[in-house]
Amino acid sequence: MASIDVNGKSVEVDEEGYLVNLSEWTQDAAKILSAQDELELTDNHWEVINFLREYYDEYQIAPAVRVLTKAIGKKLGPEKGNSKYLYELFPYGPAKQACRFAGLPKPTGCV
Amino acid sequence: MEEGGGVTKKFLYVNRKAPYGSIYALESLEVVLIGAAFEQDVSLAFIDDGVYQLKKNQSTDGIGMKNFSPTYNALGDYDINKIYVDKDSLEQRGLSLDDLMNLTYEDENDNYAEKPSISLVNSEELAALMEQQDVVLSF
Repeated sequence: MASIDVNGKSVEVDEEGYLVNLSEWTQDAAKILSAQDELELTDNHWEVINFLREYYDEYQIAPAVRVLTKAIGKKLGPEKGNSKYLYELFPYGPAKQACRFAGLPKPTGCV
Repeated sequence: MEEGGGVTKKFLYVNRKAPYGSIYALESLEVVLIGAAFEQDVSLAFIDDGVYQLKKNQSTDGIGMKNFSPTYNALGDYDINKIYVDKDSLEQRGLSLDDLMNLTYEDENDNYAEKPSISLVNSEELAALMEQQDVVLSF
């Protein structure tokens, strides 16, 4: 099993880089995971990451990209609830990549 | 997602088993969520012990399994809002609509008004519902 080093603590990740234990997530873990993708997290990224963590907390699933886009639009406004904006933030796919940074499992329905 | 010729079929997922004694309920829910990406006309039916899947205030602390019941509340987000519960099955178990989770969806054609997703049906209505489907999947 692979792992990443978060401030000296070893955190397990699966073969696709998703955290094995949700509870081991920290903001620093998100920063390390995003650095692996050569991405620096801005407030706009955190908005989506925090949204995903709240969604998971409430529904126990990581939402599919279509659902995420709609829900972001409702919460943060139409200028953010569209695929163009979300793909600019998370070029590897807003659901897949942002869920990985958020310490969530891969979204249900993603292949 | 590739559109397969743009044909929309009517899918009914029939759930007959209690949520935690087997993997059926969770598998069904996952198939429903994955299938939602294909934008088909989806309905869910809960019959026999399957009605327990929608029971509110579930707790799995004693059995060491994940309580996945909150996920049913996300079905509305996935545009799944036709959820039929067999009235007889509920009554035989001493349950009523008030014992079930209040599942809702937002109606895009009615200014996003929040509406209930669950309907109680009798066996004739269930039979008619099954008759209308292109695909019926039993769990």
